[in-house]
Amino acid sequence: MADKAQTAKPADTNRPALALHVPEPKYRSGDTVDFSHIEIGQAGAQPRPDESAHPSQMADLAYGLIRVLGEDNHAHGPWNPRLDAETLRAMLGHMAMVRAFDERMFRGQRQGKTSFYMKCTGEEATSIAPAMALASDDMVFPSYRQQGILIARGYPLIEMINQIYSNKADKLKGRQLPIMYSSREHSFFSISGNLATQCPQAVGWAMASAIKGDSRIAASWVGEGSTAEGDFHSACTFAAVYNAPVILNVVNNQWAISSFSGFAGAERTTFAARGLGHGIAALRVDGNDALACFAAARWAANRARANHGPTLIEYFTYRAEGHSTSDDPSGYRSAQEREEWPLGDPVNRLKNHLIAIGEWDEERQAAMDLACAEKVKETTKEAEKNGILGHGLHHPFHTMFEDVYEKLPWHLEEQAEQAIRERVTKFGSERPFG
Amino acid sequence: MSDVTETAVEAATGRRLNMIEAINEALDIMLARDPDVIIMGEDVGYFGGVFRATAGLQAKHGKTRVFDTPISECGIIGVAVGMGAYGLRPVPEIQFADYIYPGLDQLISEAARLRYRSAGDFIAPLTVRSPFGGGIFGGQTHSQSPEALFTHVSGLKTVIPSTPHDAKGLLIAAIEDNDPVIFFEPKRIYNGPFSGYYDKPVEPWKKHDASIVPEGYYKIPLGKARIVREGEALTILAYGTMVHVAEAVCREKGVDAEILDLRTLVPLDIEAIEASVEKTGRCMIVHEATRTSGFGAELSALVTERCFYHLEAPVERVTGFDTPYPHSLEWAYFPGPVRIGEAIDKLLSE
Repeated sequence: MADKAQTAKPADTNRPALALHVPEPKYRSGDTVDFSHIEIGQAGAQPRPDESAHPSQMADLAYGLIRVLGEDNHAHGPWNPRLDAETLRAMLGHMAMVRAFDERMFRGQRQGKTSFYMKCTGEEATSIAPAMALASDDMVFPSYRQQGILIARGYPLIEMINQIYSNKADKLKGRQLPIMYSSREHSFFSISGNLATQCPQAVGWAMASAIKGDSRIAASWVGEGSTAEGDFHSACTFAAVYNAPVILNVVNNQWAISSFSGFAGAERTTFAARGLGHGIAALRVDGNDALACFAAARWAANRARANHGPTLIEYFTYRAEGHSTSDDPSGYRSAQEREEWPLGDPVNRLKNHLIAIGEWDEERQAAMDLACAEKVKETTKEAEKNGILGHGLHHPFHTMFEDVYEKLPWHLEEQAEQAIRERVTKFGSERPFG
Repeated sequence: MSDVTETAVEAATGRRLNMIEAINEALDIMLARDPDVIIMGEDVGYFGGVFRATAGLQAKHGKTRVFDTPISECGIIGVAVGMGAYGLRPVPEIQFADYIYPGLDQLISEAARLRYRSAGDFIAPLTVRSPFGGGIFGGQTHSQSPEALFTHVSGLKTVIPSTPHDAKGLLIAAIEDNDPVIFFEPKRIYNGPFSGYYDKPVEPWKKHDASIVPEGYYKIPLGKARIVREGEALTILAYGTMVHVAEAVCREKGVDAEILDLRTLVPLDIEAIEASVEKTGRCMIVHEATRTSGFGAELSALVTERCFYHLEAPVERVTGFDTPYPHSLEWAYFPGPVRIGEAIDKLLSE
């Protein structure tokens, strides 16, 4: 038996040498970008099947791209959700608010007010539009880039900032990394750092709702990179097996930190198409087209609510900024990509649509952007009164030991006493942090 | 720690159950008592489980309460966490503890931390049942005792019964507990207490008083050890199958040991341990699991830290060896009567 791998091609064979394929993105830092190979199709060209359609009839929708907003800024085709102008303006308003919020929080991290932040720039439509298509008590299981859901559901901005600053008003008591929000009241499941774990959890929540004969449904969000996790496969299997009333959203923003979508399998298929193999209805949607995102989510929600089962939606979009405040994308991709992205910017496209139908104008947009920036600024100042991360330890030490279990066992009581005993030695005064 | 007090119950005389029957009865009672209790796992539904623990439950309670799952431990635990977030009280089964690893991320990163990371917004009141332990020629993947992986995780409780009476009461308490509980069932003693003398016929539970199981609802609080036998010569800390092996060895050798069945590893009944070791001055820890970083190491450290001035000899650990669980060499591996006997002799000679 060999105790060492055979490294050379054996001499006595005429079989061709095998070759390992390692995917490589088309463009790296400094490259000139040309996205003309990406098939985006015509807005309005995709058929809209009945919400009870069998997944085997949905190949075109899983490999194509559902689009509503055309080059002419008008809504086209059977997926046009025909939203009234007020709803469209509300959607645009949420998107503007998320963008203003992201800008300010990113700056706050650079100013040392918190340790970490993640923007969702360019992907606003993939959370806000589906959130508006769901009922407010449908449970969402987000990843870390769906702050738009909280904004759309009216979660107070100040609570988001308190959490980001881990200050004394932080409802999560400074335990969680910034942006890992949780709000049962807003049917927004606690965000975990472990990728894709929320997918089977959403399926389980949906199964529970079905077991109890409830009418609420569940939806999870995951990036395309995380679809490579086993949990995603488990979620699809369980969703299909039990016909769970769940929507499995995949936000394909092309990048998982520095790895392009090819490392999640995008060279050979779409992420929506993975649904077909599981027997799950599958839609692939222009993720920068808020109307298409809304229409797809509403279709899937109707399907789930009517007991026709789960849907997998791929939102085809682009992560316009770095992965996080700890990431510099210029190290692995061309700076031109953002400008060249063929599906444009979701906020501009929705704005242009509203202008095209005579329900909006640039002046109102400018005023709204300003108002959003002002509101975020004021709220930030308000939140800063509760402290920022750098200003010490905002929570009583005993809270660090609470909620590990429903009640503190003896060993945690002992450790809590130790932490409190150490306080003076470590920090120099009886109550150093107020 | 649980504030539940042990329910005083009158057992019907002559009503004896083996451990599987006791577990089945606990599940049946909880399904009937609480409409939010859900049982799921591989083969647990129609068929009633590969060890029969869920036999008859689907027929009685319906297939949306007791159902089969795909072969995916990650999925089983993951959907259970989601069900818990909804408000159900899932009791998922992992067919063998050796196969719990694909579900570890969901247990460690999710179930165990959900209450903490959401500041109580969401909880994961699951009870994960899983047969564990060796002594059945199960080889590498039907014999493991992975309890130390779970006792190391903040937010999980780990429970291991050693008798039919305790299995029922502890399982009911685990299901009612609002924290995630890992409930390991020593499959070697499903049908009868195992003495460790593998060449002797197994005595069925029916001959053992711990098989007298009260009818109806009762619970045994988590976090409380059971004194199996009182003694003066040394303290033996054990759980699961090893409680019976240690008891048999002491009986054979005529050693006046005090044997504690820990029953719950986290939270641990430290008061019972301290009281016993302070009385006897000697402590032996027995578990089937491998030695290095096993739960015995934690027990040994606690006893040494907290009872040091009462100790008359170093704490002894009798464990499985640091190898994967072998098939044909099972009885050379298993921490049976010879290894336990030698450790007792050593402890008593110092």
